[in-house]
Amino acid sequence: MAITNEMKLIFDSRSENESFARVTVAAFLAQLNPTFEEVADVKTALSEAVTNAILHGYEEEVHNITIHCTIREQEITIEVRDEGRGIEDIEKAMEPLYTTRPEWERAGMGFAFMEAFMDHLEVESTVGCGTLVRMKKTIGEGRESWITQSL
Amino acid sequence: MKYQVQENCLTIYLPKEVDHHNAEEMRKNADAMIEQNHIRYLIFDFAQTEFMDSSGIGVIMGRYRTICLLGGEIWAVHTNARMKKILTMSGMTKLLQIYEEN
Repeated sequence: MAITNEMKLIFDSRSENESFARVTVAAFLAQLNPTFEEVADVKTALSEAVTNAILHGYEEEVHNITIHCTIREQEITIEVRDEGRGIEDIEKAMEPLYTTRPEWERAGMGFAFMEAFMDHLEVESTVGCGTLVRMKKTIGEGRESWITQSL
Repeated sequence: MKYQVQENCLTIYLPKEVDHHNAEEMRKNADAMIEQNHIRYLIFDFAQTEFMDSSGIGVIMGRYRTICLLGGEIWAVHTNARMKKILTMSGMTKLLQIYEEN
């Protein structure tokens, strides 16, 4: 499948940019004609990935975060990349309620939310080099089948 | 952010978006008010809230721990369908009660 549209966003890892990133990706997503629910799902998942990059990747230092969105037909792929400290044990990091930062009162639900709200989640990380989170979601899936599906 | 104290009950009027950016302020203010006013009942008012991520869940979990130790309760009011979904998914409905107005 050929890429039908794409965009790249590079911004400082400041917490005030979290809402900027959510709104921007939601605006890019609008061309797929998503429901409110689908927009909210993507915004929540993206917010988790960006917060992780700011807090855990860069440990609140200011560096670049890159978001790369590509659209193939009805599917959006969102990549959130940081060049921070990386994740030692990805499997452990993805366990619900696990957090390396209980003192910051993190719920440990970042990856669980990303998994729940997107169709597909992949995490690549190298300690000392950074982390890439890749999420995919098909927009409008099953909406037509409600009409065409025979009972 | 707006807060209201009535006797031993604190209401936190959550903003439009609850994320990591504003969670810190909320946490600090809530803790100070719980201590100063001997709060036992904490109400999160979601009337204005359209967005919340796991940072908001972290704030609720932390306050639950404090209030629970004091023998109090946590409530959520004016939750829309999205907020109910987030609270249910994250298991918060086991810690707090959602007040339904009908």
